[in-house]
This record gives sequence, structure tokens and C-alpha cells, in this order.
Amino acid sequence: MEYFLQNLINALQWGSFYAVISIGYSMVYGVLMLFNFAHGDIFMVGTYIGFGIATLLLALSSAFLPGWMIFILTVVVTMFLASFVGVFVEYVGYRPLRGAPRASAAITGLMIGIIFETGNLIILGAQRFSFPPLMESVSYNIGGVYFTNVKVLIIVASLVMMLALHTFIQKTKWGMAMRAMSYDFLAVPLMGVSINVIAPLTFAIGAGLASVAGILYGQAYPVLDPYMGILLGWKAFVAAILGGRGSIMGAALAGYLLGFIEIFVAMVFPSTFRDLIAYSIILVILTFRPRGFFGMAHSTRLRL
Amino acid sequence: MAPLLEVKDMTHYFGGLRAVNNFNLTIEPGQINGLIGPNGAGKTTVFNLITGVYTPTEGSISLEGQNIKGLEIHEIASMGLGRTFQNLLLWRHMNVLDHIRMAHYSQLDYGLFGAFFGTRKSRREEKAVIENSYKLLEIFDISQFADHIVGNLPYGAQRRVEMARAMATNPKILFLDEPTAGMTPDELIRMIEIIRQVHRDFGVAIFLIEHRMKFVMELCESIQTLVFGEVIAEGPPEEIQNNPKVIEAYLGKEDVH
Repeated sequence: MEYFLQNLINALQWGSFYAVISIGYSMVYGVLMLFNFAHGDIFMVGTYIGFGIATLLLALSSAFLPGWMIFILTVVVTMFLASFVGVFVEYVGYRPLRGAPRASAAITGLMIGIIFETGNLIILGAQRFSFPPLMESVSYNIGGVYFTNVKVLIIVASLVMMLALHTFIQKTKWGMAMRAMSYDFLAVPLMGVSINVIAPLTFAIGAGLASVAGILYGQAYPVLDPYMGILLGWKAFVAAILGGRGSIMGAALAGYLLGFIEIFVAMVFPSTFRDLIAYSIILVILTFRPRGFFGMAHSTRLRL
Repeated sequence: MAPLLEVKDMTHYFGGLRAVNNFNLTIEPGQINGLIGPNGAGKTTVFNLITGVYTPTEGSISLEGQNIKGLEIHEIASMGLGRTFQNLLLWRHMNVLDHIRMAHYSQLDYGLFGAFFGTRKSRREEKAVIENSYKLLEIFDISQFADHIVGNLPYGAQRRVEMARAMATNPKILFLDEPTAGMTPDELIRMIEIIRQVHRDFGVAIFLIEHRMKFVMELCESIQTLVFGEVIAEGPPEEIQNNPKVIEAYLGKEDVH
């Protein structure tokens, strides 16, 4: 039982990363009906930005600011800066391709990803950086289940972000425009809404969320690597598909499910088999539910 | 003073095909005009050209004297042009109230900061929007569906939602693309009443495409007949009704053997 609970906490933590990152895929799909394949690398860039801000803040102000304030400052500043990365990707990569076939957009996304990876290598070199811990790790033991404050923080912070996003989507005018766009594209501009406002905003939110996921990831797995976004990005993409294209709630739930499957597969089988078995399970699920959990019968028409 | 909407010599080609030829239209504030014609005559194309979905190859379009040709759809919309569609473009899984709230987008002026911190301005604006939304739901007789998902409503109610949504953008002129398509006779009569009421209460000008002659004759002050992209007749309903060219276009030529 303790063993199970232990893994449950690990799965929640691991699933949090998938959930937060996959939301970025899903939101962009909802609004523009294309997958932003650079998102994994936006996550990587966000993590590096977070690393830079955290290092800077620790060097400048650790003497007079308490640790939790440094953490919050890091999150806020990183989110702000990373959102510009999202806006940049939309503006340079996707906007010129608004009317183009969607395959072009997919290729562009992959290329932007490669540019980010190699750009990182050129600018920062091949050496690996280590994300500075923003808080002292404290372990707790409740009834034989071990967990750290970092794990709790990751789980709670992810949930808070998703709740904030949910409120944004449900209540604000931009959120409503995003939802409306995921159902019908053409009627939205007729309400006076410019796609050139909503699309960059969507990318900005996705990138902001991914960058916070990156900071949290850095607290759990401190080694930074220019290619760190690829596998995580692909898996989060799988979560976005599994949740149902364009469904934010679906993406979040599927992200957690993915975390659970991976962790619990590793609990039973040797860990080298983890991805093989975990993704076979997901393949089976998708065979029976090709649209994912909350996917709509999305008409791909963009006509009148 | 410039007319509310003025279209001059509008011509549009799709590739080599001339879809609309030399279309002229003047609508004064508060007028109801109709556009009729057989299937494929280019009626919806005319709508799309004026509302900014396509930019016409030739000609000029102005709204209250200001040029709107070549502007983006959302720019034209926020200048005061509202529209509904022949085959309903609703957001299937959103509820009715959210449809109407969403349509107030360009009247909401608060920024991201205001939204995140719930400033007084943002709350006041949102409150006004919700109040106005309920008022519109009342007028269009859909307030009982406020929290229903729009995809589950009866067809006639969906049409009224779409119209209420268009009115929520606070238009000066409303474009209705076959507002009674697929309606039962009861719903049709109700729709005539609603259009009359909207016209009276909001003082909005209306430009509509319609197939049902009775509907057009009853509502419109002036009617244009479009055939193969060309206006073949124009005038008040009685005149159009008896115009031999219109009868020919609708019923075919009388052959004398």
C-alpha cells in the first residue's frame, strides 16, 4: 500500500509536467487547428530562461530575499519572457503560413525546434548546466510514504496554473474567443475579434505555462540539455492527442494519465520496457477512441 | 450625408469566372433591403464581398462614408456590420449566454492586467455585458435556454441565437443570409415578428437574402434580383413581383410553340 501511494505521488509529479506542457499543444490546436511542433523546444528555451533568471536572482538577492520570494519572482519573470518566445514563434513561423496547407506549418514547427536546439548549442556551448535549487529540499514521511516539499510544490503549482488557465478561458473575453474559435473559426472575426490578437496570445500562454513547467522540472531534474524538450515534448503531444485535439481539460487529464501509466508500468516491469509498454497501452486506447477522450468530431473545413 | 452603406460598381472574379458583375447598392439608416435570386446567382458572394471575407476585384464599398473595401473581417465587424449565415455558424458546445457575451468582445475595453487582477473597470464592464446579454436573450425569446449548449436547441431557436449574437455586436446594419431557411411555417411567422421588432427597437438597417417570396415581400422596402451575378431588376416589392424578367428567372421562359 505504501509502495502504491509512493508511486501515486511520483506519478502525479511526473504527470504534472506532461499535463502542463500538453495544454500548450492543445490550445494552439484549438485556435489555429495546427500542432505547434516547436512546443517541446519552447519548453526547453523556457527552462533555460528560468535557469538564467534563477541564477541571476540568487546571485543578486539571496542575501536579502527569502527563498520563496525568489521562486515566485523567477516564475513571474520567466513566464513573462517566455511568452515572448511564443509570440515570436507565432509571428515568424506560423502567421505567414495562415492560408498554407497544414503540412507546411508542421514542417515549420519542426524547423523552429531545430533552430532553437542548435541556437542554444551555439550560444551556450555543449556544456551542461545545472538548475540551481530554489528551495531547500525537505523530506517528509507520513505512514511510510516519503515525499519532498519539491514534489508537493510541483503538483500544487501545476494545479494552480491549470485552474488559473481554466478561469481565464471561461471568464475573459479572450478566453471566450479562444473557445469559440475551437468550434468555428469564421464566426469569430465577425464579433470584431482579430485572429492576430488571439493567436499570439494563445502561443504566449502555452509558452508561459511550458516555461513554468521547465522551472519545476529543473527543481526535480536539475540537468539542462538543449535536447531536453524533444522527448518530453513528444510525449506531451501524445497526451494532447489522447485527451482529444483542442480539448484543454482532456490534455491535462491525459497528461496525468500518461504519468500514471509510465510510473506504474515501471513499477511492474523492468524500467527499460517502460516506454514500450506504456505507449503500447496508449496505442490500444487510441485504437478504440481515435478522437481521444474529449475530442470532437472536428470538421476540418475552414469555409463558409 | 453619406448613406449608411454604399456599394459602387462592385465586380468580382473567381479566377476567370465572373461571380458578381457591376453590383450597386445604397442602404439608408433604418432601411430593410432584400436580395433575391435563383440558386447559385451569387447572393452569398455579395454578402462575403461586403463583409470582407473576399476583397472585390473592382468597385468600392463604404460604410457611413468610410471605405471598408480591403479591410479585415473583424475591422468591418467592429465598424458596425453584423451578419448571420445561411447554414448557421454557431459554436456548438458553448452555451447560449456565452455566445451573446462573446459577441460583446469589441465593446469590452479592459486589458489583460484588468482581467487578471479583477479591476473595478473590468468587473463593471463584464457586468454591463451580462445585463445586456440577458436583455437580448429576452428580446429573441431564448432566455429559457441561457445555460443550454447551443447544439441541443431546436433549429428555430438556434437561428434566433445567431441573430441575437449578431445584434450583440451592436451593428448599424445587419446582414441576414436566408434567416428562415429550414424553418417550419410557425417559426417563419415568429421570425418575421422578431425581425420587425429588432428593426423597430434597435433602428438597425437590414439587408437580407431570402428565397421565400412572401417573407421578402412582407418585410423589404426595396428588392434586388440577382441572376448569374447580375442585378436584373430592382425596386419595391410590388414592382419586382410583376416584373417579367424576375418571373422568367424564377419560373423559366414561357415557350410558345
